[in-house]
Amino acid sequence: MEMSGEYRIPAPREDVWAALNDPEVLRQAIPGAESVEKTADDEFEAVAKAKVGPVSARFKGKVKLTDIDPPNGYTISGEGNGGAAGFAKGSAKVTLTEIEGGTLLAYTVSAQVGGKLAQIGQRFIDSTAARMSEEFFDNFSKLTGGAKVEAEPSGELPEIVDEMQHGIPVKSPDRDAISPTGVPLMPDEEAGFSLSPWLWGPLLIIALIVLLWFIGF
Amino acid sequence: MSEAAREGIGQPVRRKEDFRFITGNGHYTDDISRPRQTYAYFLRSPHAHARIRAIDTSAAETAPGVVAVFTGRQVADDGLGGLICGWTVTSKDGTPMKVGPHPILALDTVRYVGDHVAMVVAETLAEARAAAELIEVDYEALPAAVSLGSCQKPDAAQVHPEAPRNTCFEWELGNKAETEAAFAKAARVVKLDLTNNRLIPNAMEPRAAIGEYDKGSGIYTLHTTSQNPHVARLVLSAFVGVAPEHKLRVIAPDVGGGFGSKIFIYAEETACVWAAAKLGRPIKWTADRSEAFLSDAHGRDHLSHAELALDADGKFLGLRVKTIANLGAYLSTFSAAVPTYLYGTLLSGQYDIPAIYVEVDGVYTHTAPVDAYRGAGRPEATFLVERIVETAARETGLDPADIRRRNFIRNFPHQTPVIMNYDAGDYQASLDAALEASDYKGFAARKSEAAKRGKLRGIGISSYIEACGIAPSAAVGSLGAGVGLWESAEVRVNPTGNVEVLTGSHSHGQGHETTFAQLVASRLGIPLSNVEIVHGDTDKVQFGMGTYGSRSGAVGMSAIVKALDKIEAKAKKIAAHLMEAAVEDIAFENGAFTVQGTDKSLAWAEVSLAAYTAHGFPSGEIEPGLKEGAFYDPANFTFPAGAHVCEVEIDPDTGIVEIAKFVAVDDFGTIINPMIVEGQVHGGIAQGIGQALLEHGVYDPASGQLVTGSYMDYCMPRADDLPSFTLGFTKTVCPSNPLGMKGCGEAGAIAAPPAIINAVTDALGIRDIEMPATPARVWQALQSAAPRAAAE
Repeated sequence: MEMSGEYRIPAPREDVWAALNDPEVLRQAIPGAESVEKTADDEFEAVAKAKVGPVSARFKGKVKLTDIDPPNGYTISGEGNGGAAGFAKGSAKVTLTEIEGGTLLAYTVSAQVGGKLAQIGQRFIDSTAARMSEEFFDNFSKLTGGAKVEAEPSGELPEIVDEMQHGIPVKSPDRDAISPTGVPLMPDEEAGFSLSPWLWGPLLIIALIVLLWFIGF
Repeated sequence: MSEAAREGIGQPVRRKEDFRFITGNGHYTDDISRPRQTYAYFLRSPHAHARIRAIDTSAAETAPGVVAVFTGRQVADDGLGGLICGWTVTSKDGTPMKVGPHPILALDTVRYVGDHVAMVVAETLAEARAAAELIEVDYEALPAAVSLGSCQKPDAAQVHPEAPRNTCFEWELGNKAETEAAFAKAARVVKLDLTNNRLIPNAMEPRAAIGEYDKGSGIYTLHTTSQNPHVARLVLSAFVGVAPEHKLRVIAPDVGGGFGSKIFIYAEETACVWAAAKLGRPIKWTADRSEAFLSDAHGRDHLSHAELALDADGKFLGLRVKTIANLGAYLSTFSAAVPTYLYGTLLSGQYDIPAIYVEVDGVYTHTAPVDAYRGAGRPEATFLVERIVETAARETGLDPADIRRRNFIRNFPHQTPVIMNYDAGDYQASLDAALEASDYKGFAARKSEAAKRGKLRGIGISSYIEACGIAPSAAVGSLGAGVGLWESAEVRVNPTGNVEVLTGSHSHGQGHETTFAQLVASRLGIPLSNVEIVHGDTDKVQFGMGTYGSRSGAVGMSAIVKALDKIEAKAKKIAAHLMEAAVEDIAFENGAFTVQGTDKSLAWAEVSLAAYTAHGFPSGEIEPGLKEGAFYDPANFTFPAGAHVCEVEIDPDTGIVEIAKFVAVDDFGTIINPMIVEGQVHGGIAQGIGQALLEHGVYDPASGQLVTGSYMDYCMPRADDLPSFTLGFTKTVCPSNPLGMKGCGEAGAIAAPPAIINAVTDALGIRDIEMPATPARVWQALQSAAPRAAAE
């Protein structure tokens, strides 16, 4: 899958570049990030948790930077693994251009998902990614320039995304309840709670998007 | 009408088994639990193609509740063989098909998304699933060969090193030179490219297994969702080497639908029964729906180019076909037979085509294995023949019904150029009946009436034939089958006169407990309730070949007839002794033995009791007891045939296809229970409508990810997608089995897709549309064809 977009960040290009290479800034900006570690000059490792309602999945990811051209941009590639939830891998080319009042960050992401992420979640990925990107840039912008970003995402968001992201309330913790698809509900090891695939699918997407941030930024 | 007559052959007796099914009293594999049972969860590959650098199971092994974690290494160390394909196809250059190993659990390479990487066994399913999350697999992802059109190119990723260019076999059938000659003298050649879309079976009950091992006796028991438990036992013992055949009991209890997907022997049940002995505890596994999508053998998936040669009068002179058939990543149990001997042999359809030549390349791709699915090869053949015949009608300007009539086979037996010898049929009779029932003559008026409402109406015919009653053992043996395809039966008469019939057929929705009992009850003159049909247990039934290919009536019931013949002969001997008459003077009718020309008579139960009391039997002449077995090997395939006519109405604004009318007239030979047969036809047509309009198994062509892996993306037919079917029957008796039966289980799925696509293309005024003809595709076709439509 391919995605691209542009964001105006009200901070000088050097600051944006530094932030893009600062594990702590990334950790704070990436939704759900638990740790972001710089393991080499051109490598990061990260762990992120994505949570919807009572269910959480933990993703581990590794990214590598190439074509490093400070402060103009880099290509970042890598992959993350969410266990049985599947994997995501891909690369993103990020360029920074000085503009009036700040920096224009442009990105092109090429990503691939596998396992349950692909089997159940594929069709919701694009729209949800756009939504998550807003949250990231909001955070990122605050951390670098202090002001809200002006996003120029590539597409409109369907209304369903909101419901997808915040989840549909799980009414009953009954393990034997029958989900809308008629398959047994999936247990959550942490909460001892059940969530149907209708909710599990969206969760995976969120987790995926968190991953895409590792990959993309 | 007497009770016996109401329950006899030809009567619409309600299914005996339905009471237990609809009251929740069935016994499916997952309903069964064994003492000290554990649960298995399979970790599956998220990659279509990857090398496994390492698997670290240490964290999973110490997780709560975990009993054991197995990988392909332990399976290999135990010397277990891989899964097999039971049919060897030979390429046109004389070489056998090229088979890559099919391990139970992957060793160093995974070859499709869903391939088995590890098995976790734990006290609960939740614990097994949670522990699987802790297994660290170091994959080196590799490029995947996914698309059928490009997988044979030299630069395509390779699925098996044993099969260069991913080509398992290059098979041919027919006479190439004669076919070329036919085309050389043709007045017209019609050409068509066809895609037969990939389908995912979706039986209501997912696959399941319970493996167990009794240390005292050394006996392994496997409960499994199988259509043919004896074949499973044979493969697991003789080829995989799990246990010796006499130490392995396979039980297929109530099974909720198979459609072919439960013929095959899969990795999961094999692993469960193998690991149960290692752990000394029973292991249960039940697929969830996501696993079913990924790992049940899929169906169809052909790319074909077809050419039909005609003379100036619209008579067919020759047919040549080139097909690329997807086999998936590994050969499944009958993979190789489906796109060859179950496909190429039916390309003559109902027509007298003097020359036919077909080439089929069976190819590997990094996708789930592809094997038999309701119809298995015959739907693909029928779709090709009926689509190109329809196209020929349009290009010659002949009425589609007329071009079929001009070319029907009318003399039987008829030897086609592609092996099959049709024994009986009347194709015009079924076509005429179907046209009559669909008011074919009134179609033009209905079309113009629909046009006034802004709707596009179209009509399509499908005159199909299939080869069922699979199959004469000598014939299939000569074509590469590893087994004979006869069937067995054993009739056990109890002293009180009720009867147990043990059959090698297996019922997973077909209603054998009713139809088989109707046959036995009417033959012996006893109530239906006094007959019990026993199937699905290798400890009870000696051997059997199972149920698929619409074979259980024609082959399975013929074996019962043979056993009943022996029962009657022996019972007459006993009756003759009891009534002090000569055997040849004994008549048996309506459950009574009489001495002809006298008023002497004995009831069935009196004779059955005497068989076991055995008082005064002349020693050496009559053995005590009343139990007989028989094996029946069919003399020929059977050839069910008929005509389906579909009328559709399309909304040009939305592209939605509504089936306005669906008429099916089938010739199944003798029918035992018309209600059950109608149910089979309904179900088959529903699946045919699914293939034509809704269902499509899609892998992402670059990554090999299954993107139609849930009911959000894979569209199953629902009640409101289906019209009320109009069914009719014509009858020519099948001469090659004692009951004259042909088989009915697959007809609907075989006949319906071309009838629907012929109707859709007729409505749209276009030459072709790919299945499934979804609203998006129909709408797109309308936009492309818009200038022409506007001009009309």
